Amino acid sequence: MNKALKTKSNLEKVLASGNFAVTGELGPPRSANREEVVEKAKHLVGNVDSVNVTDNQTAVVRMSSLAASLIAQQNGLEANMQMVCRDRNRIAMQSDILGASALGINNLLILSGDHQTFGDHPEAKNVYDLDSINLIRALKVMRDEGKLLSGQEMPEDGRPKLFIGAAYNPFADPEDYRVIRAAKKVDAGVDFMQSQCIYDMERFRKFMKRAVEMGLTERTHFLAGVTPLKSLGMARYMKNNVPGITMPDSYIERLKGVAKEKQEEEGIKMACEQIQEFREMKGISGVHLMLVEWEHMVPTMVKEAKLVPRPAL
Amino acid sequence: MIIAERKPLDEIKSFVKGLRRVLVVGCRGCVTVCNAGGTKEVELLASLLRLDASKDDLPLTVDEFTLERQCDPEYVDELSDLMDKRYDAVLSMACSIGPQFLSRRYPEERVFPALNTCFLGGALAHGIWAEHCQACGNCVIHLFGGLCPISRCSKSLLNGPCGGSAGGKCEVSKEIDCVWHLIVEKITREGRMEEFSRMDLVKDWRSSRDGGPRKIVRQELLK
Amino acid sequence: MTAVTAEKTETATIETKGWEPKIIAFCCQYCAYSAADMAGSMRLQYPTDVEIVLIPCTGRFDVILALRAFEKGADGVYVAGCLEGNCHFLDGNIRAKKRVNFLKGELAGVGFEPERVEMFNLSASQGPRFAEIANGFTEKIRELGPRPGKKI
Repeated sequence: MNKALKTKSNLEKVLASGNFAVTGELGPPRSANREEVVEKAKHLVGNVDSVNVTDNQTAVVRMSSLAASLIAQQNGLEANMQMVCRDRNRIAMQSDILGASALGINNLLILSGDHQTFGDHPEAKNVYDLDSINLIRALKVMRDEGKLLSGQEMPEDGRPKLFIGAAYNPFADPEDYRVIRAAKKVDAGVDFMQSQCIYDMERFRKFMKRAVEMGLTERTHFLAGVTPLKSLGMARYMKNNVPGITMPDSYIERLKGVAKEKQEEEGIKMACEQIQEFREMKGISGVHLMLVEWEHMVPTMVKEAKLVPRPAL
Repeated sequence: MIIAERKPLDEIKSFVKGLRRVLVVGCRGCVTVCNAGGTKEVELLASLLRLDASKDDLPLTVDEFTLERQCDPEYVDELSDLMDKRYDAVLSMACSIGPQFLSRRYPEERVFPALNTCFLGGALAHGIWAEHCQACGNCVIHLFGGLCPISRCSKSLLNGPCGGSAGGKCEVSKEIDCVWHLIVEKITREGRMEEFSRMDLVKDWRSSRDGGPRKIVRQELLK
Repeated sequence: MTAVTAEKTETATIETKGWEPKIIAFCCQYCAYSAADMAGSMRLQYPTDVEIVLIPCTGRFDVILALRAFEKGADGVYVAGCLEGNCHFLDGNIRAKKRVNFLKGELAGVGFEPERVEMFNLSASQGPRFAEIANGFTEKIRELGPRPGKKI
């Protein structure tokens, strides 16, 4: 991997220095209340290297990811601003990318985005002008070659210096193709990738083995997605209702064997065991902690998993 | 073909409420093939409207006529004798092109669409139709194993399948096949994955509706 | 094909005085029509106002036939075909059932009671069942009254 840093991103520095990276997640409020962002940020400061700020996740209208990213940065975090292809065309996306960079955002994570039928405005028209891989490539050209999609050139000092992120999901179908799709993102120029929540370790190991064999982990940092299970009910819900997540029965069995009030603790313990394995897994450069609407548990989580203190670079 | 379906009866009833003379016009094109607006469907709708009026003792006359096509002026002309009788409303049972052509040719008439025009598709079986094309104006299906990701992927992804693809089905609904799952299977069978995974296509939407309403002019066919 | 019922007429309500339910029965030649024959030869009674229309199979039944019947003054329409699984043309009666169900929805859409149309299945040997269906359906229509908007 190129040692010269491409951006001012703290996450890039952590990854480049060979430290095991930790990223978190922060969902903006369904209102203009900046205090909610500030409150969530408190639990994350010092515990993660960078925090994903979601872009109208699950197609529910929330404060814009750019605005919430800025508030997070004003409160001691480094934002990893998410951008989905669902709501903007190539004009708006490039414009927001330029704006984000100008406002001091250092990381941009690109996703296709959940379909709007899942959200609070299923009546909406979607865009999908570019898809995530199109946009990754476009952003890389903007940053490294100083050109917009149109070919319009930008001055050297006007290029958006963004560390480019994407998602990978070893658990969606068709299984054999998932690593090829990840490879397409690597080819398109992604710098780091975070996975969907991992529970099916067997399938994940298989995926990573192939990714390593294909040399993908030499070219891009792979972070493993972790969401501790809060309860048996949550495990069952995820097994049956969340597309793109596979939940092995062993998880359900293990939680079943624990009293209801101890399940949360057990869930954290299980997640810590996973993190331990990820630390030793070839090709994994860090973990992405997704404790959505459970941000206050992050300090406990990182302590138990021995992920703190975070390096100051 | 263009796939359409009849509007809800209540909506059609609201179009003719309080009127006395109505003409229902069918089309022998696509909407006959998809059983939405041919002679049979015209008879059925006209009969229902008459029964509805008779129930409330209203003096409604409903005439029926089916044209060869409603999207060609020479066929639309065939209505001119009937139109001399002047109707309070004309219900077109063609795709939305029909009512537009009827009102252009007979500007004095109030023309209503009796169908909802749904999509470009084909019949998977009698009684089941599915979308297969979005008329983007620049066909690329040969690059995708002969399957169209623009119209058949919920997100029109050129680099799918997204993370919501599960068991060959789309995250939007289990009723929707994930076309990207089918594309990957097809490309794998053809042994073209290596070349396929290197494809770098960004769609130029100008040929689609995004370039404004489209028109084709062919000089060799003009009079 | 006629039979007589006199004892039922007095149940007609005041506003429909003099009204007798007019029923059209679309009967498949392989079963219901033969069953009607048998009912006749067994001298079983069923209402005179049930008019039987012979069709080669209930698969020939079309929604528009029933609608035209209603337009021309029928108060109820039923389709009688072979027992499911015994259609001479394999699935004509299954198709007819789907059309009858569709028609119920269309009738409801114009304010008619969906019960004014039904599908029945019986075999050629069920003469008494034919009479029972004719009587039962007529009674049902009598309860519903004349079809909406019918001029008496």
